[in-house]
Amino acid sequence: MTTTTVPTVAENELYQDVVVEHKRAPRHYGRLSAPTRQARGHNPQCGDDLQVELVMAGHTVQDIGFHGQGCAICIASVSMMSEAVIGRDTAEVQALQQRFRAVLTGQLEPGEADLGKLVSLAGVRRYPSRIKCALLGWHALMHALAADAGSTPGAAA
Amino acid sequence: MPDSLPLAVAADAFPVLAQTVHGHPLAYLDNAATTQVPRPVLAAMRRFEEFERANIHRGVHTLSQRATDAFEQARTTLKRFVGADARHELVFSSGTTEALNLVASGLSTRGPGRAVIEPGDEIIVSGLEHHANLVPWQAAARRSGATLRILRPDARGHLHKHELKALLNARTRVFAVTACANATGERPPYEALLALAADAGALTVLDAAQVAAHAVPDLSTLACDFMAFSGHKMYGPMGIGALVGRRAVLERLVPVRLGGDMVDWVSYTDAGLAALPSRLEGGTPNVAGAVGLAAAAQFIDHVGRAAIDRHIGALRARAVAGLTALDGITVLSPEAAPSAIVSFVAEGAHPHDIGTLLDERGIAVRTGHHCAQPLLDHLGRGPTTRASFALYNTPGEVDRLVAGVARALEVLR
Repeated sequence: MTTTTVPTVAENELYQDVVVEHKRAPRHYGRLSAPTRQARGHNPQCGDDLQVELVMAGHTVQDIGFHGQGCAICIASVSMMSEAVIGRDTAEVQALQQRFRAVLTGQLEPGEADLGKLVSLAGVRRYPSRIKCALLGWHALMHALAADAGSTPGAAA
Repeated sequence: MPDSLPLAVAADAFPVLAQTVHGHPLAYLDNAATTQVPRPVLAAMRRFEEFERANIHRGVHTLSQRATDAFEQARTTLKRFVGADARHELVFSSGTTEALNLVASGLSTRGPGRAVIEPGDEIIVSGLEHHANLVPWQAAARRSGATLRILRPDARGHLHKHELKALLNARTRVFAVTACANATGERPPYEALLALAADAGALTVLDAAQVAAHAVPDLSTLACDFMAFSGHKMYGPMGIGALVGRRAVLERLVPVRLGGDMVDWVSYTDAGLAALPSRLEGGTPNVAGAVGLAAAAQFIDHVGRAAIDRHIGALRARAVAGLTALDGITVLSPEAAPSAIVSFVAEGAHPHDIGTLLDERGIAVRTGHHCAQPLLDHLGRGPTTRASFALYNTPGEVDRLVAGVARALEVLR
């Protein structure tokens, strides 16, 4: 039972290929030249630290970028989040965040949540200590959306 | 005390270890956070709770006397364990954190007279410290108007005597250092550092939390005014620890916990402090915890400190060799000895992910900043993965750790 060649549940469900692939090559990684809003997500316990930048056109996310460091779950989540929210308006993004969060906290079944690619992170629900990793970038995004245009970086954790 | 207990027999005395996690035998390698408790300690605490439990120092009835005797016997056992003599006293606390807070607060708070630490004085704290031996000194400096200076380690995480010498001066009131850095496993030359600081007239503080289980400092040979340690890192219960120090300086601490059992006389408007150690032990103490802590010290001595330390040192060396051989792994303080802690970073793999993948194979490690964020920042490191060893760990468990890390790197890279 202790052989290291047999994949564990975590290897199969938590670190799915699509998750590790987003960690290796995160989408929208980098700084935007002229963000209109930004916010920081920081977890002092583990050192994960992200900055999310937005260009808003009215209530629509026209562009998004992020930079910083985090674990595979954190980076994959914010990478998939960036793909998912671009072109969506604030209300849609907030609704998606609520559905994603509800799946991770066990209040909504993954199949009923219409998460798109983000459903590959649903396995995090079985690892309570890792839920904050998957939500860190989302906290920063919610903070940025709630902030006034042109606001200075704020902390969200 | 019968002849020494063989390590392999002692290792069987820990009931919590006889379980599987995710289908694998538990390999508990998070001993720097908390060690497990052996049956003799559990039995001692149970005996107290079932046959001796009463409040101490205040009853004339039989159980109160038994409880008082058990508590004071625990104090005597633990004083002997750390090499305390007639010049020393031991005060029970909830753990190392409370003990260090008691020292930092007690030296910087005004009592009937002036605080020991005065405006313009200097406090030197090593840069290897757990937050528990840093944050209380930050507060003490603010409270007293003193300046906090940091004895910074070099780029490899070592402390140096000449660096301390350069910081010491006539205004240095306190020097605080760890006997082993919990985040890196570094074992600083604390004997020499304490002696240097004491020679310069500073009060000296030693955080012994990470060494009490295998390489407990001998107070009779140390230039140490205050030493703190925790029960739960030396096979004892949680919620109990001790501050042991020279009586003359313990008497200068302004008590934090005011109330019953710590006063000599009380009127409606004033009170006089009791003698040591009671004056620093206000309120009903954790008597069962003290009994368990003393039983843990006896368990350690029954197995033998040298035997435990040799065993743990060999496990650490095996882990350092195995991990260093993996591609892209850097072990912090690889040559530290004696040390029970191996802390490492991996290129392209975050500690949290490694920790989750190891847990799935039944291997418990700690990941993150280990309450030592300034040190890891100073060393240019982010969070680390930390394995730490106890007498019950085996070479086979170290090999599982190394194989598990190798597998995690395959998954994550």
